[in-house]
Amino acid sequence: MGNLSSETAKRHVISILIENESGALSRVSGLFSARGYNIESLTVAPTEDGSLSRLTLVTRGNDEIIEQIIKQLHKLIEVVKLMDLAEYAHIEREMMLVKVDVQKKGACESVKRLADIFRARIIDVSDKTYTLEATGHREKVSALLNALSELPVIEVVRSGSMGIARGSSSLRL
Amino acid sequence: MELTGAEIFVECLEAEGVDTLFGYPGGAVLFLYDALYQATDRINHILVRHEQGAVHAAEGYAKATNKPGVVLVTSGPGATNAVTGIADAYMDSVPLVVFTGQVPRAMIGNDAFQEVDIVGITRPCVKHNFLVTDIDDLAVTIKKAFYLARSGRPGPVLVDIPKDITQIRTEFSYPETVSIRSYNPTVKGNKRQIRRAIDLILAAEKPMLYTGGGVVLGDAAEELTQLTRDLGFPITNTLMGLGGYPATDEQFVGMLGMHGTYEANTAMHESDLVIAIGARFDDRVTGNIDKFCPHAKFIHVDIDPSSISKNVHVDVPIVGDVKWVLKALLEELRSRDGVTGATTRAQIAPWWQQINEWRKMDCLKYDQDDDTIRAQYVVDKFWEITGGDAYVCSDVGQHQMWAAQYYKFDKPLRWINSGGLGTMGFGLPAAMGVQIAHPEATVGCITGDGSIQMCIQELATCTQYQLPIKVINLNNGYLGMVRQWQEFFYQKRYAMSYMDALPDFVKLAESYGHIGMRIEKPGDVEGALKEAMALQNRLVFMDFITKQEGNVYPMIPAGAGQNEMILV
Repeated sequence: MGNLSSETAKRHVISILIENESGALSRVSGLFSARGYNIESLTVAPTEDGSLSRLTLVTRGNDEIIEQIIKQLHKLIEVVKLMDLAEYAHIEREMMLVKVDVQKKGACESVKRLADIFRARIIDVSDKTYTLEATGHREKVSALLNALSELPVIEVVRSGSMGIARGSSSLRL
Repeated sequence: MELTGAEIFVECLEAEGVDTLFGYPGGAVLFLYDALYQATDRINHILVRHEQGAVHAAEGYAKATNKPGVVLVTSGPGATNAVTGIADAYMDSVPLVVFTGQVPRAMIGNDAFQEVDIVGITRPCVKHNFLVTDIDDLAVTIKKAFYLARSGRPGPVLVDIPKDITQIRTEFSYPETVSIRSYNPTVKGNKRQIRRAIDLILAAEKPMLYTGGGVVLGDAAEELTQLTRDLGFPITNTLMGLGGYPATDEQFVGMLGMHGTYEANTAMHESDLVIAIGARFDDRVTGNIDKFCPHAKFIHVDIDPSSISKNVHVDVPIVGDVKWVLKALLEELRSRDGVTGATTRAQIAPWWQQINEWRKMDCLKYDQDDDTIRAQYVVDKFWEITGGDAYVCSDVGQHQMWAAQYYKFDKPLRWINSGGLGTMGFGLPAAMGVQIAHPEATVGCITGDGSIQMCIQELATCTQYQLPIKVINLNNGYLGMVRQWQEFFYQKRYAMSYMDALPDFVKLAESYGHIGMRIEKPGDVEGALKEAMALQNRLVFMDFITKQEGNVYPMIPAGAGQNEMILV
């Protein structure tokens, strides 16, 4: 970034309303790879308005890089509107599905206990495995995964972060 | 009325005012060509010899007219051959609409014959692109493509049309207007920022106007000239901005950047206020960004917000159409009490004295002896003989820099070159596009023995359409710019920069039906150019045998500050 200083890279959750068209997502991801910006996570789904998708992208950068990212995103023809949630009080959530091996003695108990503590739900049970669903800020989700790591963890699925502004601030047309 | 997709394509082009199309046929576009065959009285199709040539020709046409250039190529290799030109147009913000044929919809994704995902391939180098998947979307997609290509910051837009869509029929109506909810370029600059800009301008002691291709593309040369003359400030142009301000005017201090003038670069370095207009602080302009304009505040006018504060921190950003903003700046300036051209000139009188001292360096001087032709001398003479009024296309390399330094452009749209991407092979096809747009004008193609061979096949196109381009080949037997860098930075290890086995360009030109000349003596330069100019209806290929190891000066080595120039 030339003489634009590279101090303090901060984490930003950017929410984007984008035309629900084929290729739109690859324009966003292609922009990040072409310009060397980092993507921590990316999640996308249609909204209540079928013509729009909402994309939540988590990235890191100093103020100048984030400013460029936002300008470059705006430049994509299919990006309708966006919001850097770092500028607002906001809520961030991630969902995790995790399958653990519970064949060891006492494993079932300890999974149930951790599920209670982290307010996760057991959504599938077999004689060998328990599958948990946990929702929360990504740090909480990570903490649960960390706690479970005493047991053999078979599979982890994380959604990537989603976010929404608190109060009356909102991202809509 | 029910029309086929191919007929709709022709109707849409006509509705957009397209008179010229550059292209090359192939399997996936046969229906389109069939419809064009029946519309030859309405649309002039120029058959190139390679798809890259089609895109560069369309760029030349666009750059010399500020109208979008239009290209039609087939699927697969036709489309991939066009990619270099598309990337070139993207870097230089050239308005283009490129139509590519695609395999029929049912075959997409099956690795069909001549299938490529051209929408995917070009995604990072177009302003936008479309794959038409429904014939009912065809007309509106074409409308959107032209709207996007020419509005805001212009650029290339690609429309990929599957073959079956060109064959089937639908009811045709052309939309009169089109709006895209997610696309609303800002035209009007912010009034408060315009006032702040004038405040800074009136307080500056060492101001510099630094203007780029945006002024030419934005049709704002007149407004820029007015503002600059009103202020009496010094002005420098980027490579792409040449012609945006008359180069023979006293206030013009020359081009800036890697091969800019001593006075332009030194003045930028010492400046306390840089007024950037339609320029983007490219690395070839700034050199080492950490050493760039250390004393200056920046005002930056650009239609593209992402150009602002991308490379340097800007104090007063003004997003808007350059023409609109320049008018607003002029109005604001004229509304200030007690401010006149005389006061702003007085405000910076010592600055002009300093700049005129730097000018005495005469950094573009060269010696033309009796033995070997200097490339600079050829450009100088060409400028003289054409009265500075030619359209000059160039390729990429040393000759491009010499053309930029020595052909003094007084008008916009006259200097047509590949700035951002630096595409060798650009010059000749671009000159075709210019000559087709301006049949009566003098069109020069200043090129080199390396570049000209990259699209040499287009000499056949020039024959077919009788394009009387004056090709000025500055032949030094080297890839001159590569060799210059190897001389300066690689201890003269000339790896692969010597052009062995050059063709006999005279015979080559003649074999295509043109006139060839070989000029070896400095004393013959002027005569040859005059003779070529007199051959009004013929392409003349002038092969000037020039000094082999000539260098472009001044030069700021990559990574150096703009005050660290190599002068001789």
